Amino acid sequence: MKKFLTVLLPIVFLFILWQSVIVLFDLPHYILPKPKDVFFQLINQYSLLWEHTQITLLEILIGIIIGCIFGLGSAFTLLYFKKIEKYLLPILVISQAIPVFAIAPLLVLWFGYGMASKIVMTVIIIYFPITTACYDGLKNTPKQWLQLAHTYKLTPLQTLFKVRFKASLPSLASGLKIAVCIAPIGAVIGEWVGSSKGLGYLMLHANARMQIDLMFSALFILIVMTLSIYFLTDYLTKKFIPWASHLH
Amino acid sequence: MNNNFIAQIQNLNLDFKGKKLFNNLNFDILENKTTALLGSSGVGKSTLLRCIADLEIENITDGKILLKEGTNIAWLSQENSLYPWLSILDNVQLYHHLKGTKTKQTLQKAKELLSQVNMSKHCNKKTYELSGGQKQRVALARTLMQDANLILMDEPFAALDAITKIQLQDLTCNLLKDKTVVLVTHDPQEAIKLANHIYILKNQPVILEKVASLEGTLPHQLSNEKLWNLQEELISKLQGSDI
Repeated sequence: MKKFLTVLLPIVFLFILWQSVIVLFDLPHYILPKPKDVFFQLINQYSLLWEHTQITLLEILIGIIIGCIFGLGSAFTLLYFKKIEKYLLPILVISQAIPVFAIAPLLVLWFGYGMASKIVMTVIIIYFPITTACYDGLKNTPKQWLQLAHTYKLTPLQTLFKVRFKASLPSLASGLKIAVCIAPIGAVIGEWVGSSKGLGYLMLHANARMQIDLMFSALFILIVMTLSIYFLTDYLTKKFIPWASHLH
Repeated sequence: MNNNFIAQIQNLNLDFKGKKLFNNLNFDILENKTTALLGSSGVGKSTLLRCIADLEIENITDGKILLKEGTNIAWLSQENSLYPWLSILDNVQLYHHLKGTKTKQTLQKAKELLSQVNMSKHCNKKTYELSGGQKQRVALARTLMQDANLILMDEPFAALDAITKIQLQDLTCNLLKDKTVVLVTHDPQEAIKLANHIYILKNQPVILEKVASLEGTLPHQLSNEKLWNLQEELISKLQGSDI
C-alpha cells in the first residue's frame, strides 16, 4: 500500500499542478489541453492510438534486441581482440558524439520510410550503453573467479561464456535499464523525420491539426510504454540475476 | 625431478610493475606436506603461488616451474571465490559443472563433502545468503571435490573472525592431511599450526628462507614454550623483512 501511494501521490500532484497552471494562466486548449480532455482522447481514439502504438512498440523492441546483439558482439570483440580495441573504442565514442537528430534524415533516406530506419536509429542510440556496460562487466570479472577457471583449464571460449559473461550480467543489466529508457527516443525521432505510422508520426500529425489533446494522449502512451518496458526489464533482471545486488 | 617433490621452481625471474620481484629464485615443494609461505604484505607470496598455478605467465622473464607428471592443481583464495549464479551444490561440483561432466555420483560426493564441512543444512541456500566462514567451508568442499594432488591456498582465512578462523583451520587440517598444500599467509600462528615447512619471503628481489620444519600430525599442538619461541622467532624475522 505504502509503495503504491509513493507512486500514486507524485502522479496526482502532477495532474493537479497541470490543471492549476491552465486555470491560473487561462491557457487555451491548443497551448495546453486539460487532463480530462487528454483522458477523453485516450478513450475515444483508442483504436487509432493502439494502431500507432503497436508500430512504435515493435520498432523499440526490435531495436533493443538488435542493439543488444550488436552491443554484446562488440563487447566480446573488444575483450578478446586487444588490437581492435584501440580502433573500435574511438568509433564508439564518435558514434555517441553525433546527435541522432543530425543523422535521422540520412537514415530515412538510406533505409526508407518504413520501420527499418526507426529500428536503426534505436539500435544506434542503445548500442553504446549496452556495449560499454557489457565490456566493463566482462573486463572486471573478479580475479578469483578467473583463477579458478584457469586452474580448471577452461578454454578461452568456455571462460568467456561460462564465467566472464555470467559475471558481467549485473553490469549488463544496468546498461540494459538505461538502454530501454532511451530506446523510444530513437524510434520517435525516426517517426518525426519521415514516416506514416507510429506514435511519433501521430504526434506530428495531431500537432499540425491543432489536436493538442490527441498529441498529449500519444505522449502519455509513450511515457507509459517506456515505464512499462523499464519496470519489466527491472523485474526480469532482479528475477534472473538475484545475486547482482549482493555482490559487494 | 626428485621423487619427493611435486613441484620445483628453478631460477625463476619475474618482473612486476617494472620491479624485479624474483631473481633466480629456487624453491621445492615436498609431496604430502604442507608448506607455508610467510611474509609481509606485498612481498610477493601470492605472486609466487600464482606462478605455481601458471597464472603469472606474462610476468615471468626466465626460469622454469616443473610440476610432477599428472599434477592437477586446486586453488583456494581468500574470499569471494564462489560463483554467485550457481547453487551451493553446483559450486562444490564446479569443475564438473563447467566441464559438463556432472553426474549422480558427483552430486552424491558433493553432498558428502558438504556434510564433512558441516554445511549440509545450508545446501539449499543461495551463496549470497552465506556468511564469510560458511562460504569458505563451501570453497573447501569444492577444493576437496577436485581431488587435486597440489592444493594452493592464498590466505584462505584472512578475512574471517578469530573463532571462525580457528574452526576452519582445524577443519582444513583434518580434511587435507596427507595432501600437498602450499599455504600463503601473513599470520605466524597459522603457519605454525598448519604447516610442516615454513618459509619466510623477504626483500625485493625476494629471498626465501626456510625457518622451521615441523613434523607430526597437523594441526600442530606444540607446548606453550615451543610455540612461543617459534612465534617470537618468526615475528622477529618478519619484522626484519619489511619491504
